[in-house]
Amino acid sequence: MGWYANLTIKQKQVVWAWTFLSLPILFYCVIRFYPTLNAITLSFQDWNLLGDRTWNGLDNYGKLFADPVFWKVFKNTFVYLLLGTPVSLVFSFIVAYHLDKVRFMHGTIRALYFLPFMTSTVAMAWLWRWFYQPVPIGLFNNALASVGIPQFPFLSSTTWALPSILAPAVWAGLGFQIIIFMAGLRAIPQTYYEAARIDGVGPWTILWRITLPLLKPTIVFLVVLSSIGFLRIFDQVFNMTSNNPGGPLNSTKPLVLMIYETAFDSFDMGYAAAQTVVLFIILLAVSLAQLYIMRDK
Amino acid sequence: MANTADIKVTADALDKATPKRHARKQDPIAILRWILLMAGGILMVMPIVYMISTSLKWPHEIYNLSIIPEEPTLDNYAYVLEDGRFYMWFLNSLIIATVTTVSAVLFDALVGYTLCKFQFRGRMIVFVAILSTLMIPTEMLVIPWYLMAKNFGWLDTYWGIMFPGIMTAFGTFLMKQFFESVPDDFLEAARIDGLNEFQIWWRVAMPMVKPALAALAIFIFLGNWTAFIWPLIVTNSPELYTLPVGLTTFSVEQSVQWELIMTGAALATIPTLIVFLIFQRFIIRGVVMAGLKG
Repeated sequence: MGWYANLTIKQKQVVWAWTFLSLPILFYCVIRFYPTLNAITLSFQDWNLLGDRTWNGLDNYGKLFADPVFWKVFKNTFVYLLLGTPVSLVFSFIVAYHLDKVRFMHGTIRALYFLPFMTSTVAMAWLWRWFYQPVPIGLFNNALASVGIPQFPFLSSTTWALPSILAPAVWAGLGFQIIIFMAGLRAIPQTYYEAARIDGVGPWTILWRITLPLLKPTIVFLVVLSSIGFLRIFDQVFNMTSNNPGGPLNSTKPLVLMIYETAFDSFDMGYAAAQTVVLFIILLAVSLAQLYIMRDK
Repeated sequence: MANTADIKVTADALDKATPKRHARKQDPIAILRWILLMAGGILMVMPIVYMISTSLKWPHEIYNLSIIPEEPTLDNYAYVLEDGRFYMWFLNSLIIATVTTVSAVLFDALVGYTLCKFQFRGRMIVFVAILSTLMIPTEMLVIPWYLMAKNFGWLDTYWGIMFPGIMTAFGTFLMKQFFESVPDDFLEAARIDGLNEFQIWWRVAMPMVKPALAALAIFIFLGNWTAFIWPLIVTNSPELYTLPVGLTTFSVEQSVQWELIMTGAALATIPTLIVFLIFQRFIIRGVVMAGLKG
């Protein structure tokens, strides 16, 4: 180790830094960057996992954009996003806003809302799937029947299946959003409120003019995070429609489920890779668009 | 983007009772607010209550809307646990989530520390490169990972399930933020005392960010415990299934025996609920701290 002893403190630090980073750099290259490039390359190739990988230019993308199932799936994916994000954010904000003002049993109430976040998605998907079953099995339809309301076709209707699958996803995520909102609310200095109250400003004006604008970083963070979550929805759909994945009639199929089926049921690897590239572009575009819209003016 | 100090302040604030100003007694609005919030909270946990209640019911009783089973039974649990598969899946999930969490927390902390406290050329490039991987969705990587696992014989192994998660860009970023709060003087003092850089990281810097390490550990553990798509793809034999994948297979098998499916779901849920109820404050704090990373 003679060479090391001769180094200056600065140089020694450089040696240590690269030593610490060596394994991580290898990891990020081999497990993150190489697979990304591999997926992009594969999206321009035709491969069924057994034969040869052959270049086919933009054929996969052409096939995808000509595929009516893709457009259906594309629409579904955005319906998950456009329904799920606003609904879950409005609910969680309302709860957080009021819970923030409650002292009595504050911790208990908070825990009740947070509890579903701690559950396993797969278990909850099956639980809700049971709720949605027709009479005489499903809880919801039994409850409706007991008050004389006709059955509701939850998962068997092409219209209602998607919102039915979305409901447990929103439900399970509320607790997380609520505590993040509460942390955001607590970070707003009390002096703003006191000043407003001295000026005789009403609670609605305080909410719209002080609380919400000052909460913007929290809102942006939650909108981006929950959008990404809904655009990548898979576990719930896979488990709640396992007898007919993405059904009925593809009305609930999101992009990730289509990718899964193309890659691991049909083994059409090139085509699936093209779909993942599209997913990547969608996620990137949606995140950037939201950051742009919500940027500080 | 909030900085680390803000995050700590807000995470601490969560623990404190709400300021007195809200406690206006006999205020009818406050009472109504409390009742509605409580009702909403009870509604939130009702699905879980029904799951547990159904798991304690006989098959003929699951159509009954009542929460309390008429004749509670543990038969469903005995039946579901009989073949030992749930123990196996539980153990698999526990081992995989634990090993992945330990690995990710240690590596993320090491990389975060290096990028925060060392001056060297290429530091920003490494940081931006790692950060940019946050933009790549897992779903884009599963196909190449599958091919890689297939080529290296990692399919159907613990390592195959774990390798994509042994380091995380999110954790690296989080830890880099938290190491900003460690004063350089401390590290310099340790250097003068003759500790080498690894010892300084491990013995001086790491103990100072323990809350952040715990927060990151909770976040990563939860993520791995509920991970579904990758374990589903990479495993073929039931002995290697994680709990979520096992539960899917089990539920598909049972098809219409909902009391058994609910028992399986309850078995997958109850352990985390118990852990949550014991460490509630700690976990919520951790999730807020890790969640507010940026």
